[in-house]
Amino acid sequence: MASIATSRIKPKHQRLVLLVVALVVLVAAGLLAAWALRNQASYFYVPSEMQADPPEPGRAVRLGGMVEEGSLKTQADGVTIAFVVGDGDARIPVRFSGIVPSLFVEGSGVVAEGRLGPDGTFLADNLLAKHDENYVPRELQEMSEHQTERVVAAPQ
Amino acid sequence: MTGATSKGPRWALWLPLIVFAAFVVLVLFGLFRPADREVQSAMIGKPLPEFALEPAVAERPGLSSADFRGEGPRLLNVFASWCIPCRIEAPQLDALSKAGVEIHGVAIRDTREDVEDFLSQYGNPFARIGKDDLSEVQLGIGSSGVPETFVVDANGIIRYQHIGVIRAEDMDLIMAELRKAGA
Amino acid sequence: MIAEFGLAALWLAAALAALQLLAGSLSLTRGGEGFAAIVRPAAVVQGLLALVSFFALMVLFLRTDLSVQLVAMNSHSAKPFVFKLAGTWGNHEGSMLLWVMVMGLAGSLIALIERRLPERTMLATLAGQAFVSLGFYAFLLFSSNPFERLDPAPPQGAGLNPLLQDIGLAFHPPTLYLGYVGLSVAFSFAIGALITREVGPAFARAMRPWVLGAWVFLTVGITAGSYWAYYELGWGGWWFWDPVENASLMPWLAATALLHSASVLASRNALRAWTVMLGVVAFSMSMVGTFLVRSGILTSVHAFAVDPERGTFILVLLAINIGGALTLFGLRAATVTEGKRFALVSREGALVFNNVMLSAILGIVLFGTLYPLVTEAFDTRVSVGPPYFNPVSAIFFVPMLLVLMVGPLLRWRRDNLSRLRRRLVVPGLLLLAAVAALLAIGGIGVLPFIGLALAVALAAASLLPLRGRNLRRTPIATWGMVAAHFGIAVALFGAASESAFTKETLVAARVGDVTQVGPWQVRLDAIEPVAGPNWTAMRAGLSVRYGEGAVRQLKPQARSFWSPPQQTAESALLTRWNGQLYAVLGEEGEDGRWQLRLWWKPFVTLIWIGGLLIGLGGVLAIVAHVANDVRRSVAREKIADRRMRQGR
Repeated sequence: MASIATSRIKPKHQRLVLLVVALVVLVAAGLLAAWALRNQASYFYVPSEMQADPPEPGRAVRLGGMVEEGSLKTQADGVTIAFVVGDGDARIPVRFSGIVPSLFVEGSGVVAEGRLGPDGTFLADNLLAKHDENYVPRELQEMSEHQTERVVAAPQ
Repeated sequence: MTGATSKGPRWALWLPLIVFAAFVVLVLFGLFRPADREVQSAMIGKPLPEFALEPAVAERPGLSSADFRGEGPRLLNVFASWCIPCRIEAPQLDALSKAGVEIHGVAIRDTREDVEDFLSQYGNPFARIGKDDLSEVQLGIGSSGVPETFVVDANGIIRYQHIGVIRAEDMDLIMAELRKAGA
Repeated sequence: MIAEFGLAALWLAAALAALQLLAGSLSLTRGGEGFAAIVRPAAVVQGLLALVSFFALMVLFLRTDLSVQLVAMNSHSAKPFVFKLAGTWGNHEGSMLLWVMVMGLAGSLIALIERRLPERTMLATLAGQAFVSLGFYAFLLFSSNPFERLDPAPPQGAGLNPLLQDIGLAFHPPTLYLGYVGLSVAFSFAIGALITREVGPAFARAMRPWVLGAWVFLTVGITAGSYWAYYELGWGGWWFWDPVENASLMPWLAATALLHSASVLASRNALRAWTVMLGVVAFSMSMVGTFLVRSGILTSVHAFAVDPERGTFILVLLAINIGGALTLFGLRAATVTEGKRFALVSREGALVFNNVMLSAILGIVLFGTLYPLVTEAFDTRVSVGPPYFNPVSAIFFVPMLLVLMVGPLLRWRRDNLSRLRRRLVVPGLLLLAAVAALLAIGGIGVLPFIGLALAVALAAASLLPLRGRNLRRTPIATWGMVAAHFGIAVALFGAASESAFTKETLVAARVGDVTQVGPWQVRLDAIEPVAGPNWTAMRAGLSVRYGEGAVRQLKPQARSFWSPPQQTAESALLTRWNGQLYAVLGEEGEDGRWQLRLWWKPFVTLIWIGGLLIGLGGVLAIVAHVANDVRRSVAREKIADRRMRQGR
C-alpha cells in the first residue's frame, strides 16, 4: 500500500500538476524541434550561392537550378549520370545514381537532394520532379526569370 | 465556486489561441509574399513593337506586327518545341482556335524540323508562325519565358499577358480577356 | 434543369443553416426559448437539401451534361461509369459540395437521434454546426459554384488526367473528407458544451462515435494513401513526410488523442477542459491540413490543383472558426468545473501520458511542416525531411509505446505497478530475446533497432488484456482496443523491418543479364513494347526466383501517355508472406542497356496490414459503443415504462 500513497498527489494541486507536466513536455518538444530543425533542415542553394558560400561537405542540402544543355552524360555503369546545374552565374557538377525522373531533361529545372562532395561535385541521392511537367519548384521562384531564360534558352 | 481556486493559471487557457494566432500570421505572410514577386507586365496597354519575323515552318506564313491590325482580338503565343510545358497547353490552344480565335505563334530559338515535329505531334492551332531566333520579339513584348500568351486587340494593343501554361482551368480567363479586348 | 434544381437546393440548404444558427442562438438567450423547436427540424431539412444538391450534381456527371461547366471541365462522355461517378467529387467544387453534404447529414443525424445531452447543449451544438456549415456554403455559392452553366456547351468534355483515373485516387480524398467532417461534429459538440458549460460524461459519450468514425476514415485513408504512393510513385518509399501527407497525419494524431481523452471523460468524468480543447484542435488540424494542401503555400511532391484564392478563403474560415472557438475556450474553460481526480499510476494517468505524447508529436510534425514558411520569412529556403521527423518524433513515440504496453492493464483511479510485474514477464522476455536476436544480426540502425524490438514486445503486451478472460464474453470494446494496439505493433514492425532489411540493386542490364537482390535472382528476359488506350510502354519481362524456389514473372513498365504527354514508371510488385519484391524499369541507355531498380523489402506489407488492423479496432469500438448506447436507452425506457405502470 505504501507505493500507492507515495504515487498519490495532493488532490488540490492535481490539475495544476497535470497542466505543468503537459506544458513542460510540450515546451520541451518545441525546443527539441527547434534545435533539431536548425541541424537537420536541408538548406536550399542555387549554384551561385553554393559557389560563393559552400555548405560543409557531408551536410544534407538541396541544390536547385537548370540542367545545362549538353552537360548530361551517362557513365559506364549505365546507371550513374553526371550533369551540370547552373543558374546563369555559376555552374555546379552533379552526380546521381538511380532512375532519373522522366521529367528530367536537359534545359529543365531540377532540385537535387544530396551533399557536396570534397571535390566540389554535388552527390545527389534524389532528383525531385513533380508529377506534372508544369512545375517550377517553389524554391526556384527566387531565381530571376531572366537567369532561367539565359540557361534554358541558350544552348552552349 | 470554491472549485475555481484549485485551477491552473488562467493565462494557460489562452495559450492555444496565441499559438493559433501565430500560425495565422505566419501563413498570411507566406500567402501574400509570393504575390509580390510576380512579374507585372509593363507592356499591358501598350502597342506591340514593330517587328517582322521569317516563317518558322513552310506551311504557315511568317509574322509581323502589321498582322495584328484590324478585326481583333488575337492571341500571340510564344512557344518552342523544346519547351515541355508548351505541349500541355496545346489542347487548350487547339480548342481556342476551333472556337474561332485567331492565334499567331512565335517560335523561340527553334529549328524548322523541330517545330514541324512539334506541330504534327501536338496540333497546329496557329494562323501564322514567326521564327524568333534571338528572342528579340520575345524580349520586346516583355516576355521572359515560354510559354506565354498575349491578348492583342484590333489596334495592336496588348491587353493581357498570360505567363506560363494555359491550363484547362484558365480557358475562362482567356475567353474573358478576349471578350474584353474585343469590346 | 437539374443544375438549377441542384443550385436551388443548395441555396435553400444555406438558408436553413442560417435559420438553424439564428434560432439556435436565440433559443439560448433569455426569452428566446420559443425558437428551440425550430432548430432540430431545420438541421434535418438542411442535411436533406444538401444531399439533394449533391445528388443533382452526381446525375449531371452521370449524364455527362456538358452544358455545366464543372462537368465539361472534369468529365468525358467516354469515361467509365465509375470515374464519371468519382468525377462528382474529383474536383474542387464537387469535393466541397461533398463536404457540406456529409456535414449536413451528420447534423441531421445528431438532430434526430441525440437525446442524451441537456437540450440547451444540443441547441448550442446544432447552432455551432450550422455556423461551420454556413462558412462552407458561402464558399461554395460565392466562389466555387458547382452548377455554373457553360454557354455554348462544348461537344466533348476535357477529360481527366489519365493518371488520376485510378480507383484508389477516386476514393482516397472522400475518405479523408469523411474523417475531417466527423471531426467537425466533434468540434460542434465541444462548442456546444463550452457554451453551456456542460462538459461531462454525456458530452463525451455523444461525441465519441463521431470521433471514432472520423478516426477510422482517417486511418484507412492514410493507410491507402501511403500504399498508393508506394506503388504508384515508383520510389520504393511509403512515407515521405511530405506536407500533403502531414496534412492528413496531423488530424489523425489529434483525433487519436481526442478519442483516448474522451474515453477518460466518458468513463471517469476527468480531463474535462482538455477533452474540449482537443475537440477544437482536432478539427483545426483538418482545416489547417486542407488549407496547406489547397493553398499551395508549401511545396509538395503530390500534384494538387492549388489556388491561392481558395487558400485564402479557407484561411478566413479557419481564422473565424478556430479563432472563435479558442477564444471561447479561453473565456469558458476556467469555469468548467474540475473533473474527478486520479493517481499518477492509473489508467487515467497512462492515457494522460498518451495524450501529452501525441500532442508533442503533433506539435513536432506541425512545426516541421511549417518551418520552411518560418525561414522563408527570413529569406532562407529550407526543406525539412525524414532526418528531422523520424528521430525527433521517435523521442516521444518510444516512451508512448512503452506506456502503451502497461496502460490497458492498469485500473482506473489508482493502481500499483508491482501488481503487473508478473503479467509483463512475457513481453519483457520477448523484448530481451528480440534485442539479442537483432544484436546477433547486427548492422541495424538505431531507430529500426528500437522499432523492431519494441514492436515484438508491444505485440505480446497488446494481447494481455485478453488473458485470463473468457474470449466469448470479452466485450467488443476490449477486442477493438486490442486490435488497434496490436495493429500499431504490426505496422511498426513492418516499417522498422523495411528500413532495417531492405536490399536494393540498381543495374543497367542487357536482355539475358542476371542480377541478385537479397535472396532473389532476377533475369531480364525481354523488353517489349505494349500499348494501352492512351499510352504506350516498354515492358520488361523479368524471371525472378526466391532462393531455390519456383521461377515467377514480373513485368514493370515505363509508360508514356500522350494526352496529356506524361511518362510514368509502372512498378511491378511480387508479394510473398515475408515481404515484397519491387521492380522499376527506367530508361534505355545509349548503349542499349536498360536501367532496372530492384528492392527486396522484408515484411513491408505489415505496414498497411497494421494500418487496417488499427482501423478495424476503431470499427469494433464504434460497434461496441453504439450497441451499448442502444442497450442503455432501451433499459431506460423500460424503467420509465415500469415506473409509469407502478404509478398507476
